[in-house]
Amino acid sequence: MSKTPLIQIRNLHANAGETPILRGLTLELFPGEVHAIMGPNGSGKSTLSNVLVGRPGYEVTGGEVLFRGKNLLEMDAETRAREGIFLAFQYPVEIPGVANNYFLRTAVNAIRSHRGQPRLDAIDFLTLLREKMKLVEMPEEMMARAINEGFSGGEKKRNEILQMLLLDPSFCILDETDSGLDIDALRIVSNGVNQMRSPDRAMLVITHYQRLLDYIVPDRVHVLSKGRIARSGGKELALELEEKGYGWIEDEAGGAS
Amino acid sequence: MSSPEMTTPMPPTNAAPEKPKANAELERLASQDYKYGFVTDIEEDRIAPGLTEDVVRLISKKKNEPEWLLEYRLKAYRRFREMLAENPAGPEWANVHYPKIDYDGIVYYSAPKQKKKLESLDEIDPQLRETYGKLGISLLEQKRLHGIAVDAVFDSVSVATTFKAELEKKGIHFCSFSEAVAEHPELVRKYLGSVVPYSDNFFACLNAAVFSDGSFAYIPKGVRCPMELSTYFRINAAGTGQFERTLLIADEGAYVSYLEGCTAPQRDENQLHAAVVELVALDRAEIKYSTVQNWYPGNAEGVGGIYNFVTKRGACRGFRSKISWTQVETGSAITWKYPSCLLIGDESVGAFYSVAMTNHHQQADTGTKMIHIGKNTKSTIISKGISAGRGNQSYRGLVKIGPKATGARNYSQCDSLLMGDKCGAHTFPYLDVANPSATVEHEATTSKISDDQLFFCRQRGISEEDAISMIVNGFCKEVLRELPMEFAVEAQNLLSVSLEGSVG
Ligand SMILES: Nc1ncnc2c1ncn2[C@@H]1O[C@H](COP(=O)(O)OP(=O)(O)OP(=O)(O)O)[C@@H](O)[C@H]1O
Ligand SMILES: [Mg+2]
Repeated sequence: MSKTPLIQIRNLHANAGETPILRGLTLELFPGEVHAIMGPNGSGKSTLSNVLVGRPGYEVTGGEVLFRGKNLLEMDAETRAREGIFLAFQYPVEIPGVANNYFLRTAVNAIRSHRGQPRLDAIDFLTLLREKMKLVEMPEEMMARAINEGFSGGEKKRNEILQMLLLDPSFCILDETDSGLDIDALRIVSNGVNQMRSPDRAMLVITHYQRLLDYIVPDRVHVLSKGRIARSGGKELALELEEKGYGWIEDEAGGAS
Repeated sequence: MSSPEMTTPMPPTNAAPEKPKANAELERLASQDYKYGFVTDIEEDRIAPGLTEDVVRLISKKKNEPEWLLEYRLKAYRRFREMLAENPAGPEWANVHYPKIDYDGIVYYSAPKQKKKLESLDEIDPQLRETYGKLGISLLEQKRLHGIAVDAVFDSVSVATTFKAELEKKGIHFCSFSEAVAEHPELVRKYLGSVVPYSDNFFACLNAAVFSDGSFAYIPKGVRCPMELSTYFRINAAGTGQFERTLLIADEGAYVSYLEGCTAPQRDENQLHAAVVELVALDRAEIKYSTVQNWYPGNAEGVGGIYNFVTKRGACRGFRSKISWTQVETGSAITWKYPSCLLIGDESVGAFYSVAMTNHHQQADTGTKMIHIGKNTKSTIISKGISAGRGNQSYRGLVKIGPKATGARNYSQCDSLLMGDKCGAHTFPYLDVANPSATVEHEATTSKISDDQLFFCRQRGISEEDAISMIVNGFCKEVLRELPMEFAVEAQNLLSVSLEGSVG
């Protein structure tokens, strides 16, 4: 494992709209690591993902984030994406009228240009696309359909994983990618994610359920409460949470603040 | 007044955009300058402003017209005077607002003289050249646009002459309207005003009295025109004046695809443009008429743009004849236009495919009329409206099924796309069905480019500008695919460039 962290979040404070949500969050991921983030509804998990990817409407009020040593917070959203940060959205949007494969090729080429790689033409792209689609077991005809339009909840999530596979990011954030998946889809999505595990890539997996962590075994588990990491541990922490709920941690965190 | 016979309005779907949360970006985009306009330096042979019988006579005389054509102009002139007396402000029913036009303050005849010659493309504004590049306009066309001499082989006049000769071999007449009056008077006399009578509406009437020039094409029986008409001519044909007149006739079994306009930005000192286009398709003939219109829309406050009031109508006179109108409009301050089809022949087919984009303070009131007269006639309407900035647009579609149009069918689809929260789109479908066996279907949707969609694209590495043009081109694809291939690519670029002006 390399010595320099891929991403360093230090004492991060951020507002969603006008409301302070993150209140001094500190977290570090090294290349090769998979961390899980758990925590009650409304604790700030999605806010953290949105802040990291530079979504408008979220304001950082304190702290810093370094990505490969560079100041992430001063990059615009598309630059962060091109630099290798990927968010699998909790609620993927539909874009009627724009074909999935066209969109994917545009995205892949935007990122390739940024990396100084040649653009993929339609044929090379199709080869790549077919290979990745097999991994998430998506039928080819879905590619000619508009982005997420009329996709079921599970299909949208699989489409997010397909995008992650295609864009080859170095830091992946999965925001409740497991919610709404049936047993088979959960296995498929987890396989996709596990394919992406590599010594130079880190992942932040946000979930409410231990069962995902049976498939994607995390190196660390963090509990987010009231905008901070209230507790961190190994994968057994997730099992403990499954048993005891969040109450005991929130009480501790509440006492500490 | 001469407003189209719009009856039985169905409830309009007024798409008041819902309030989005963060539209500051789009607003910033929408406030950029139109940087692509250019002013040409034209010396002209002008007559004094104002519209009188003498002016009409003078126009006709300057053009050496035969007596019957002068009579036609004069009848139109007299009717126009009556209309103006009834309604001095011009037609008011359209959902557009403009200052009163002083019809006696307009110069009705000006023959353009040679433009100031430039020596090379280096003399052209670099920004404009960049736009040409984005639009995919070749160096050659850029030179022609600016009157720069080009290689003898490619000289536009000789190219035009070569193609004309080839067309004449097949019996196809393709020339300016004035030439047609001189060379094919019997055809002009037979068909002029037969689709759009001079008394049809206010602007058509004005045009009939004072039209300057335009294009004429006649495709004889059974001939398939071997090239897109006007592909090679459109640069030269541009700027034929503010009262343009076009007449296309496809005789039995003939086929022609005609392209009007140019994706290059156009500016004109004349604010008011009132053109008339008439199409005639006889038995089993087919006419495809495609337009790309990119007039100067005015500055961000809406000052100085072109007012474009056009009457376009095609008559499917023959059995199984077909006429389709395809248009991509991004320009003008005010557009008022309803390309229409009269489906007279049994089993004749009409189609209207349109993309209209309004930005800043542009206003567009457009649509189509499909008048079903013959049996088993069929029409299709696909209208895509895009509004950005403070752009405002209305779509009006009239589908009229006459009592004898047994088995007539219509399908209409009107989609609006809104960018930002200060623009508007309104759809007014009108139906008038007098034959119970007819089938009429209407679908309408309104969507908005949401902040969430744009952010989703940006998170995948796609810039906001590219995301917008991707969404817009996706929205328009059913129309763009109706355009001839090379024109479609240009039109697609044009939409992106027009938005770039609005997206910054
Ligand atoms: N734009 C906003 N303005 C005000 N409050 C917001 C805004 N966006 C989110 N919030 C609030 O911030 C808090 C944290 O929301 P967030 O979505 O980060 O929670 P979460 O941990 O992801 O919850 P869940 O498990 O339900 O997905 C919530 O109380 C939410 O209502
Ligand atoms: Mg969440």
